[in-house]
Amino acid sequence: MAIPLIYNVRSLRARWTSTVVAVLGIAGTVGVFVAMLSLARGFEATLVASGSARNAIVRRAGATSELDSGVTLDQVRVIEDAPGVERAEAGPLASPEVVVVAAFPLKGRDTEGNAQVRGVSPKALAVRPSAQIVSGRLFQPGMTELVVGRNAAEAYDGIALGKSVRLGGATWTVVGVFDMGGTAFDSELWCDANVLKQVFQRPPNLFQSATVRLTSPEALTAFKDALTADPRLTVQVDREVDYYAKQSRQLTTLITVLGTIVALVMGIGAVFGALNTMYSAVTERAREIATMRALGFGSGSVVMSFVVEALCIAFVGGVLGGVVVLPLNGLTTGTINWQTFSHLAFAFRVTPLLLVWGLAFALLMGLAGGVPPAIRAARARIAVALREL
Amino acid sequence: MVRIDGRGDANSLIRARGLSKTYQRGSEAIHVLQGLNLDVDAGDFVAFMGPSGSGKTTLLNLLGGLDVPSAGSVTVAGDEITRMSARKLTAWRARHVGFVFQMYNLIPVLTAFQNIELPLLLTGLSKAERSRHVETALAVVGLADRMHHYPRQLSGGQEQRVGIARAIVADPTFLLCDEPTGDLDRKSADEILDLLERLVGEHGKTALMVTHDPLAAERARVVLHLEKGVLVDTVTAGRAR
Repeated sequence: MAIPLIYNVRSLRARWTSTVVAVLGIAGTVGVFVAMLSLARGFEATLVASGSARNAIVRRAGATSELDSGVTLDQVRVIEDAPGVERAEAGPLASPEVVVVAAFPLKGRDTEGNAQVRGVSPKALAVRPSAQIVSGRLFQPGMTELVVGRNAAEAYDGIALGKSVRLGGATWTVVGVFDMGGTAFDSELWCDANVLKQVFQRPPNLFQSATVRLTSPEALTAFKDALTADPRLTVQVDREVDYYAKQSRQLTTLITVLGTIVALVMGIGAVFGALNTMYSAVTERAREIATMRALGFGSGSVVMSFVVEALCIAFVGGVLGGVVVLPLNGLTTGTINWQTFSHLAFAFRVTPLLLVWGLAFALLMGLAGGVPPAIRAARARIAVALREL
Repeated sequence: MVRIDGRGDANSLIRARGLSKTYQRGSEAIHVLQGLNLDVDAGDFVAFMGPSGSGKTTLLNLLGGLDVPSAGSVTVAGDEITRMSARKLTAWRARHVGFVFQMYNLIPVLTAFQNIELPLLLTGLSKAERSRHVETALAVVGLADRMHHYPRQLSGGQEQRVGIARAIVADPTFLLCDEPTGDLDRKSADEILDLLERLVGEHGKTALMVTHDPLAAERARVVLHLEKGVLVDTVTAGRAR
């Protein structure tokens, strides 16, 4: 028969100072753990959400990102005619694009951030239907006009509707703001690809990638097979969502590994905190434990009782840690996307799964901090412990 | 009937034979009990007296299955407890022994009711049955109106009465009382001794008590003296007879 739980709960309350210290140690660790992972999840989610399952991105074979890729105008024509490409009144839905990275002053900071400027086709909004112009209008082809992502407008100084911006030796006017649901594109500035190439003196017939809208997600296979089998092309074709997922992997892995290391180091400290609390509980309550055992409660009951007590501390710490980081959910922050060398705004994502992981981590710490003292409690000689003051 | 000569018959409730306990302190062996014999019948009230270090508490611990002897055996109601495994001994204690401690040993975070209920949690009784037993035990010790008090809200005498209620609530085979009045004033001590006398006289309990207090020992039916690890004589106390 188990020692009643009320005994543990009231004992924790009676020794509330050391209980609070142990709870805070575990809560802090869980908070950092969940916050770091939510950062990684947010970054990953932002990039993954940037891609569409119905879009395909075509780059030079072997290119690791758009920056080191090249697709000629002739190749773009072949890509547009490939099977599986959605067609509209304006023709095949394909957007040959160029990207440059430009520095702009960040708002509220005495520094600059790199923004990705994307030269796109006027059909870009049809290729990416989730992009909505929320104020102003789309750029006019042939004009030095910019439409900027909502996060870019918020992150950079002077990039606002109606403002003029110096870029590549030309003066550009911001004519619109678009929203793509908090994806990586929201940190970009879009303009006419041909104008961008001229301003930056890029070869007129060379783009860096071509993004096409497929007739369906399943059309990718036929599209990809046609392009890779075509002797005129040396390109690689990825589903857009996979391309962005791949882009996120490096930084996501880095944040996850760093977060886990930091949480583990903190976790060791928290386990020592729990161990200290539980060892002192066992020492202070040596006579109570001996009395219970004299009354007929077995060693197993004593071990279980103290482990449960440690788990109670851990549970409260885990919940508290999760609650403390909940307000981070949705909070926007930014970092450099090392694949594009540009600033990327993204939001923390405190998911239910992360909270469950945090709680599991807390319980693991509780277990590690509770088992050794519990075993000591159960092993003490009753006759000796009964004489403890 | 209490005997210390090892000639008691098999009907004795508690039978110790050749009981020895030796502690090792460094290279020195300390012989606390040395080949002690004891027979106690059901319904007896026995007091053990003797100077500090004479082995009184050690004897009580051995009889209660809290410690194991270096040699010899203890048999209670036909069960030789000195041959039991630790797990079996734990279950045996729960069923057969009611402990009363000098410092009461109540769990401070539990109410009087919850403290008394503890031994019953090891039985198969329902919650309602447990409540009934606890209320009966509280009534026997005269603390029915204090059941929801915590130990810190009780006087020393009241705490010890709760301790006695906890000891008797599961109707054990015998009571082991280690200096039950050692931490009480005279008046409270007398009340506790009255209660123990009543438990033996009216409720037919068997009680073994260690005490330094001659007045407490006088309440027992038999007083045994321990000296250097052996029981040296049997005195029938006057007042209890």
